[in-house]
Amino acid sequence: MKAVADMAPALAVDRSRPRSLWSDAWARLLKNRAAVFGGVLVIVLILAALTAPLIAPFDPIKQDLRSSLQPPSSTHFFGTDVHGRDIFSRVLHGAAISLRIGALGTLIGATIGITLGLISGFYGGLTDTLIMRVMDVLLAFPGLLLAIAIVAAIGPGLENVIIAVGVFSTPEFARLVRGSILSAKQQEFMLAARIVGARDARLMTQHLLPNVLAPILVLATLRIATAILTAASLSFLGLGAQPPTPEWGAMLSDGREYLMLAPHVATFPGLAILATVLGFNLLGDGLRDALDPRLRV
Amino acid sequence: MFQFILRRLIGLAPTLFGVTVLIFLLLQVVPGDPARMVAGPDATLEDIALIRAELGLDRPLWVQYVSWIGNLLRGDLGTSTRTYNPVSYEVGLRIPATLELTAISIVIAVIVGLAAGVIAAIRRNSWIDYSSMVVALLGICTPSFWLGLMLMLVFAVWLRWFPTSGRGSWEHLILPGITLGVGAAAIIARVTRSSMLEVLNQDYIRTAAAKGLSERATILGHAMKNALIPVVTIIGLQFGYLLAGAVITESVFAYPGMGRLLVESIGFRDFPVVQAILLIFALQFALINLAIDILYAYLDPRISYESRR
Repeated sequence: MKAVADMAPALAVDRSRPRSLWSDAWARLLKNRAAVFGGVLVIVLILAALTAPLIAPFDPIKQDLRSSLQPPSSTHFFGTDVHGRDIFSRVLHGAAISLRIGALGTLIGATIGITLGLISGFYGGLTDTLIMRVMDVLLAFPGLLLAIAIVAAIGPGLENVIIAVGVFSTPEFARLVRGSILSAKQQEFMLAARIVGARDARLMTQHLLPNVLAPILVLATLRIATAILTAASLSFLGLGAQPPTPEWGAMLSDGREYLMLAPHVATFPGLAILATVLGFNLLGDGLRDALDPRLRV
Repeated sequence: MFQFILRRLIGLAPTLFGVTVLIFLLLQVVPGDPARMVAGPDATLEDIALIRAELGLDRPLWVQYVSWIGNLLRGDLGTSTRTYNPVSYEVGLRIPATLELTAISIVIAVIVGLAAGVIAAIRRNSWIDYSSMVVALLGICTPSFWLGLMLMLVFAVWLRWFPTSGRGSWEHLILPGITLGVGAAAIIARVTRSSMLEVLNQDYIRTAAAKGLSERATILGHAMKNALIPVVTIIGLQFGYLLAGAVITESVFAYPGMGRLLVESIGFRDFPVVQAILLIFALQFALINLAIDILYAYLDPRISYESRR
């Protein structure tokens, strides 16, 4: 009897608040210190990107050769580059560029990948084989090489990097969605929906997609980190953003020339990339733990 | 076992076919007319038409593809449009350099990654566990080109322990080797740790401890062997990614390998070389994955290679 009485308050608390996958996950996410730290990094980055034109103390493009290669000081927090441009201002503006590439690239990859994965998993058979074979071919190029190959074909530049990063992200989404659909398809609610007369498109978008939303969100967060790193790598190799764009990878590539004279030129854009990738990775790992507690080691 | 390997090889064929089609098509969409580029700015339309016929560019696409593949199979990778040397010569010069670099990186990555992962797992939740996992996380998130530049700054420019760039002695390999290996070491450490933790929870480990085996013997004799099975996969996969990473590392350290040649050739629009290198990288990656599959079946007796798809 006593045990039941002890449990009563706990049950009451549970009933008083509506529980769902998402609200539970949110509560778990907030308890995860690493994830919160990652989230804060991401929010700071987004704020920097949005307010760069207002808070950047100097013009990110305009040259001022008299103040070339100055070390960090109270006027130039991160110093200046060889053209006398304020590196702090360029890093702030670079946040907007990197975020845009990361978000758009992942969005393109996710949209195509989710569509292909849905079709592949839902219809199966020859369609499935064909789509997944194409994905295998894309995955046959290790890491960055697929993105490099695409940029080699369509030429360098920011827009092309977004396309390359998008294609590069597609197979991961397609595989994830296909795998999840294969198991979700067997559930009874699918049979029920079919009996009620739902059409294929409705079955896919209204019944299957919501079931795979959680892993998609996790993958998308982690892929933004990869996308930003990939884009910065391409720019570093001279295949991405072209000067004078204040893109972090391109800035680093500039800084390489003056490593001996002015190491700060290469240091700060690199730290910015590190913080960004770290933020998205921690947030993504935290989301995974929060959304799927079974995966926790 | 032989049948298993054969089946795997045959399974590889469609993917490799797809890879060659993709590489062939990618460079068809390149803006600019190769015949016009070869002909030069003063060429007349007739000249260009003549060169186009000579290069076989007037034939249907699939005929061009078939003849390209035919040449590839005969070992003819084409002619560099930059140096006019055979592509096989240009690429052949660079292959040993890249193999050397990736080999030293994977050695560094395996030693550091395994040691860190095993120690972190044994001393779970200690400061050494936490600090190695934080370092591993930073290793995964750090852009390799930045890490390379920072290592170069500290150890080559300030301390002068190693040369800043180029190739020649073993000293030239250290900084690029570390730069390239760090990411792989970090991932190997993470996988080793979680795999070890899983194994250490198994009943047979408790049995070994209960029968009075020392911790050392338990870990080395019972835990390690089983924990390493998933690690082998990840090492193989990382080896493949190192090839792609070499593109960046070689560019940072001006190291004359295939990766740097790839980037240079893209800059010079030397597409026969670009095609060849992409193809070699993809082929190497496929063969490494095949080798892991075989090794995996060999290491893990639970996997039956007789009836596996």
